[in-house]
Amino acid sequence: MNLTLKVWRQAGPGAPGAFAEYQARDISPDMSFLEMLDVVNEDLTAKGEMPIAFDHDCREGICGMCGLMINGSAHGPMKATTTCQLHMRSFRSGETITIEPWRASAFPVLRDLCVDRSSFDRIIQAGGYVSVQTGNAVDGNALPVPKPDADAAMDAAACIGCGACVAACPNGSASLFTAAKVSHLGHLPQGQPERYRRALKMVAQMDLETFGGCTLFGECQEACPKDISIDTIARMNRDYMQASAFEPGENRKSGGAG
Amino acid sequence: MTPNARIPEGPIAQKWDRHKFEMKLVNPANKRKYHVLVVGSGLAGASAAATMAELGYQVSCYCFQDSPRRAHSIAAQGGINAAKNYQNDGDSIYRLFYDTVKGGDFRAREANVYRLAQISVNIIDQCVAQGVPFAREYGGLLANRSFGGAQVSRTFYARGQTGQQLLLGAYQALEKEIAKGTVRMHARSEMLDLILVNGVARGIVTRDLVTGKIESHVGDAVVLATGGYGNVFYLSTNAKGSNTTAIWRAHKQGALFGNPCYTQIHPTCIPQSGDYQSKLTLMSESLRNDGRVWVPKKQGDTRSPAQIPDAERDYYLERKYPSFGNLSPRDIASRAAKEACDDGRGVGPGGLGVYLDFRDAIKRLGADKIAERYGNLFEMYQRITDEDPYQVPMRIYPAVHYTMGGLWVDYNLMSSIPGLHVLGEANFSDHGANRLGASALMQGLADGYFIIPYTIGHYLASTKLEAVGKDHPAVVAAERAVDERTKRLLGIRGKRTVQSFHRELGRIMWEKCGMARDAAGLSQALQSIPALRQEFWENVNVPGSGAELNQSLEQAGRVADFLELGELMCRDALHREESCGGHFRTEHQTDDGEAMRNDDQFAYVAAWEYGKEGGAAVLHKEPLAFENVHLATRSYK
Ligand SMILES: Cc1cc2nc3c(=O)[nH]c(=O)nc-3n(C[C@H](O)[C@H](O)[C@H](O)COP(=O)(O)OP(=O)(O)OC[C@H]3O[C@@H](n4cnc5c(N)ncnc54)[C@H](O)[C@@H]3O)c2cc1C
Ligand code: FES
Repeated sequence: MNLTLKVWRQAGPGAPGAFAEYQARDISPDMSFLEMLDVVNEDLTAKGEMPIAFDHDCREGICGMCGLMINGSAHGPMKATTTCQLHMRSFRSGETITIEPWRASAFPVLRDLCVDRSSFDRIIQAGGYVSVQTGNAVDGNALPVPKPDADAAMDAAACIGCGACVAACPNGSASLFTAAKVSHLGHLPQGQPERYRRALKMVAQMDLETFGGCTLFGECQEACPKDISIDTIARMNRDYMQASAFEPGENRKSGGAG
Repeated sequence: MTPNARIPEGPIAQKWDRHKFEMKLVNPANKRKYHVLVVGSGLAGASAAATMAELGYQVSCYCFQDSPRRAHSIAAQGGINAAKNYQNDGDSIYRLFYDTVKGGDFRAREANVYRLAQISVNIIDQCVAQGVPFAREYGGLLANRSFGGAQVSRTFYARGQTGQQLLLGAYQALEKEIAKGTVRMHARSEMLDLILVNGVARGIVTRDLVTGKIESHVGDAVVLATGGYGNVFYLSTNAKGSNTTAIWRAHKQGALFGNPCYTQIHPTCIPQSGDYQSKLTLMSESLRNDGRVWVPKKQGDTRSPAQIPDAERDYYLERKYPSFGNLSPRDIASRAAKEACDDGRGVGPGGLGVYLDFRDAIKRLGADKIAERYGNLFEMYQRITDEDPYQVPMRIYPAVHYTMGGLWVDYNLMSSIPGLHVLGEANFSDHGANRLGASALMQGLADGYFIIPYTIGHYLASTKLEAVGKDHPAVVAAERAVDERTKRLLGIRGKRTVQSFHRELGRIMWEKCGMARDAAGLSQALQSIPALRQEFWENVNVPGSGAELNQSLEQAGRVADFLELGELMCRDALHREESCGGHFRTEHQTDDGEAMRNDDQFAYVAAWEYGKEGGAAVLHKEPLAFENVHLATRSYK
């Protein structure tokens, strides 16, 4: 296959960026999208140019490090697929492909296609955990968890934190990411003691990080490579409302779960 | 010099408890005066950093990804072992210990393995308390499966994403401490050297991967939990960024390297499809619970699998190993696949593949049941190969997966450099010459949650440390050396890309130091690797500068280290005149092709000292004693 690529190039944070055009030749349909970019980068390097910077690590759809806007869709055209798992057989020879970084005010561009997603870590820091120290656990079977609850927790916990939900959202909201963690822990008995406080704090942090509000467009769910359901957001909103009622004072002024 | 493993006295079952009692403690008020640097945020690093912070130490943690949650532990699919005996099927700490020593082909330290089996039960409790969504039965209790050649069901799992869920548990514990200010996290930061002050590990030099700034960090102890070095083969199931740099730099500073040649080749990976291939994808071994492995009996048989009747199929694992069959351990299953392909009976492009067939399981259990068990794996396979495993058998081939070798550590997980501790896949301990499935997650978390938090206290309480500032001459010198090396890489401006060198090294390693090794091949590799290394330093092309986000530069530094490590691996493989676990020397096999160990001469850990000033590496031996599990030929027939 031969393809024309229009790729966002930006030398550094805050530097001006622009699209550059490259030809990708002799691409095999069995290549992954990132392997196609590897080939282009080998050519660029041979010509003495800077290769295109893009984030990636596991290349098997689980670390959440990769993430590109491909022809305007987060992670490209295949549903429930990360960029690294997307194969060139999803494209036609002769096609022009536009490749951009995630665009969101809370994800500043670092270089070319790499963005800073540390805001996600700070949302987790705000409360995305169970406050248990190493060593004070009871026997694993002391607290049975109904299978449907464990399964629902796992569905939400499958989030890989790639940021596609934010990139796809017209408002740049991080609600799906935040709600996935709130739901994961909220479905388990271990998560109950901090359930409401967690929702309050994580939502407040999300607002602080300049993510937009959620207006339930549903684009996030469509873009999510792990099929995280938008129902998690409804759950988060319920927890948040309850928490606001119970815990006056703390975080009252934040913009809401969306 | 015989490296001192510092194994505590007493009967094996009491060693750890006794040792925990005998180790010195740091008074709670003093803990906050100590600063521990933890490099790595995988299962081992994140669990260690979080737990030490909970205890009151000041911790700094480093990873090269953009978030600690992305360490390659995230990719583990199958599960984690623990001797809980929830299934009442005869499991026990002793059995897990026994299986691990035997599975490691009698090349692991008994005392370490016993402790690992003991701690395994605490790990599950800890993870459940953190909210790790392990699979459950309808009654609400934890589910288990049997895995990786074990005859009991002791593997805990979270769908096909066990590593992800365990890592997120550890990551969340880490973030909880970061929020409290007890851990300072440095993401997108790569350790490029270790700082020694008077022979004691006191810090590291890092490069900020966004700004390019080279910086030193000083502390009271250093912990490396930087994962495995399988990427020395270029193609492996590791993440693209997985590297040896941290441990290799420490090795060059004097840390002994244990059993570098012990590599695990995993039998069930998706075969390579072309030269552009950038990594290999593992298909969970759990597939072997229901899939049957076969190749055509006839050489060069190009019929489609459906057209080959049963009588013309060779279910070679069932034939050769009737009692374990398709569940034979990894090293054995991998080698058998290679033999079939070497014999011209491989399938798929280049004849480098064997079938993993679910036809019979689908007939027996129905496609729904199979989908319930393996649906996500089948989907992943189809996405990569464009073939539907419900209709045609999967094609699989062995791939480099795990490195049992790593920096040598004593019972306290301290390397031969005082103050330098090594955890997880980065150390050499516990798995001997072959790791059993679902044991790496267990080891990483045992090291991080339950061992290092004790042993680091003992080290700090029993060592007098001088005050060291960033202006200390040793610190300044280390920083300068890193800066110079970076400049040197950028100054070559040769004609070949970093990747082309990495690929070529990988080919040499796979052919000469892969699934089957012999003296002639290894000797050749010992010629070709130094030549390739020399060419690298004369002809590599690293574009850009050091003061920016520069992925070619990151890669170049890692490949430069792989080019040195590869040579040591071949040297180790050449010296070990026996076959054991993942190390198969074709000269040492029985008439029917089974591995032949040589316990009289090789029942030791090979701990290599870096050869200073261009000299050859020096071998030290830690003898291994088997007092509980008696030396026996490993047989899975
Ligand atoms: C595909 C796959 C599936 C697996 N499945 C299983 C399974 O089912 N069960 C099982 O028990 N085991 C499994 N394993 C093995 C197991 O996952 C690993 O051995 C284990 O997770 C390693 O953990 P770790 O903490 O030692 O290292 P890692 O998780 O690899 O973490 C390494 C850390 O070190 C950091 N780092 C590395 N180098 C540097 C540097 N120079 N500077 C700064 N930071 C650095 C990285 O950023 C990362 O944070 C699997 C492995 C793979 C590859
Ligand atoms: S590179 Fe890990 S999810 Fe794509």
